[in-house]
Amino acid sequence: MTARAAIAAGCLGAMTLLASPDARAEQLIASMSNHRVTITPNYTGEELVLFGSIERDARTPANRSYDLVVTVSGPSATVVTWRKDRLLGVWINRESRVFDNVPSYLAVFANRPLTVIANAETLRRQRIGIANVPALQAQEAADDPFRAAFLRLKGERGLYRESANSVTFLTPTLFRTSIPLPADVPVGTYTVDIKAFAGGGVVTRAETAIEIVKIGFEQFVAEAARQHGAAYGLITTLFALMTGWFASVVFRRD
Amino acid sequence: MQIYLPIADLPVNIFLILAMGVAVGFISGMFGIGGGFLMTPLLIFIGISPAVAVASVPSHLAASSFSGALNYWRRGTVDPALALILLCGGIVGTGLGVWLFVVLRALGQLDLTVALSYVALLSIVGVLMLWESIRAIRRSRRGEPPIPRRPGSHGWILGLPFKLRFKRSKIFVSIIPVLLIGLLIGFVGAVMGIGGGFLLVPLLIYLLRVPTSTVIGTSMVLTLTTMASATIMHAATNHLVDAVLALILMIGGVIGAQFGTRAGQRMSSERLRFLLGLLILAVGMRFAVDLVVRPEDFFTIRELGPSQ
Repeated sequence: MTARAAIAAGCLGAMTLLASPDARAEQLIASMSNHRVTITPNYTGEELVLFGSIERDARTPANRSYDLVVTVSGPSATVVTWRKDRLLGVWINRESRVFDNVPSYLAVFANRPLTVIANAETLRRQRIGIANVPALQAQEAADDPFRAAFLRLKGERGLYRESANSVTFLTPTLFRTSIPLPADVPVGTYTVDIKAFAGGGVVTRAETAIEIVKIGFEQFVAEAARQHGAAYGLITTLFALMTGWFASVVFRRD
Repeated sequence: MQIYLPIADLPVNIFLILAMGVAVGFISGMFGIGGGFLMTPLLIFIGISPAVAVASVPSHLAASSFSGALNYWRRGTVDPALALILLCGGIVGTGLGVWLFVVLRALGQLDLTVALSYVALLSIVGVLMLWESIRAIRRSRRGEPPIPRRPGSHGWILGLPFKLRFKRSKIFVSIIPVLLIGLLIGFVGAVMGIGGGFLLVPLLIYLLRVPTSTVIGTSMVLTLTTMASATIMHAATNHLVDAVLALILMIGGVIGAQFGTRAGQRMSSERLRFLLGLLILAVGMRFAVDLVVRPEDFFTIRELGPSQ
């Protein structure tokens, strides 16, 4: 088993070497409008803008046209999907499926439909598209209702999106896309993976990150609740008692 | 004005929450109850998850019951001995309730249990209260005197061992039913996010024959203790208490309660009980409808935590 793995790794290494002169022919440069999104009391969602350019050099074949895919993925999480069923006239959660290690936010933006940019095998290997997240790949039953429901619900909340026309090429090498973040976006570090395709294969790629953080009071409260639960409960109770005492003094009727 | 709730993880309109606090406070002041059975469902209906609603409402109830308990204490209408024994049972009951809450959440059946409990409890209490108040209203229309409570009913309950004399309430009863009532109220409160006043007051009056002079003040002391301990236990185990949400509710609640008390004093007690019965039944029915109507979406997703 290990021997076979070693051979496979060796083959891959050789292929990378062969491919490298071509892969170095372009360079991808990208920049975000903002690398840090702060969730403050009045946060209701935000839209980030990604700008970038594909730099050619002397070895780049002339008249090469590019396709671009931007994948933004949030911190991964374990999610359970429940299905309601009728029991004695009442609708209750009956069956469930757990999805381990799925991104809490996933946005895939391209300038053309993914299937036109590259073939299914390349997309799967490059892990491009919602269908190619390892934990979400269709099992034997291709139409798994739990998986479909998970993707649909994530999509409805604006947390999973795939769009084939949201990367705009301003010139053949200069591109732009916007990344919408909904109001209930999960906090954490998001990776932004940018891949440039030409002729159905990846020619160059770049990676950057966005950090989504709660700051100030929001962060203080959320962290206190998680890490010092008992003390947090005690302080909340004391606040309640103070409010109650204050009210009884202010509105004293005797 | 939108405000982001740090634990519920969702932006809400601060004035909507404040208005809900005032409205529920008004009703609670009018009927002399905590109003948890209204507040928790209202929060669920505006999109806050049942778990966060059930865990956050108790601190709001602790605030309103503390201000009430202080007023009653000053007037000397709290029975300290009775309250102490009730709250011993209440704290144990709260602990059991929070434990069940954790278990049900892990099983994915918390929302259903909360809804079923609301349907069952509120329907029964609502119907009983309506029935009783209609009979009382009819009697007073016909000019008959109210039926005096028969002494000696429920004799076997009061005759259980470990009898104790509660001086201020002028009753001599076994502490077993007192502890059990406390236990029940604490348990139900922790699972449903209610203070349980609408359940506790009739139990104290009809089962233990606590006089009306001390019943409200004493029940408020129990509500205060069970709700304060529910807040601490929910915070320590489930981390679901939203202090920002609770604080807005508290402020609205104490303001609304002042106006409600004045409105309540202008109404006869039969009519008040009739209205309260209607309200309780309506909330129960609302949950029942949600349970039996075919859901628009059969699926729900819930994040269990970051993957390792």
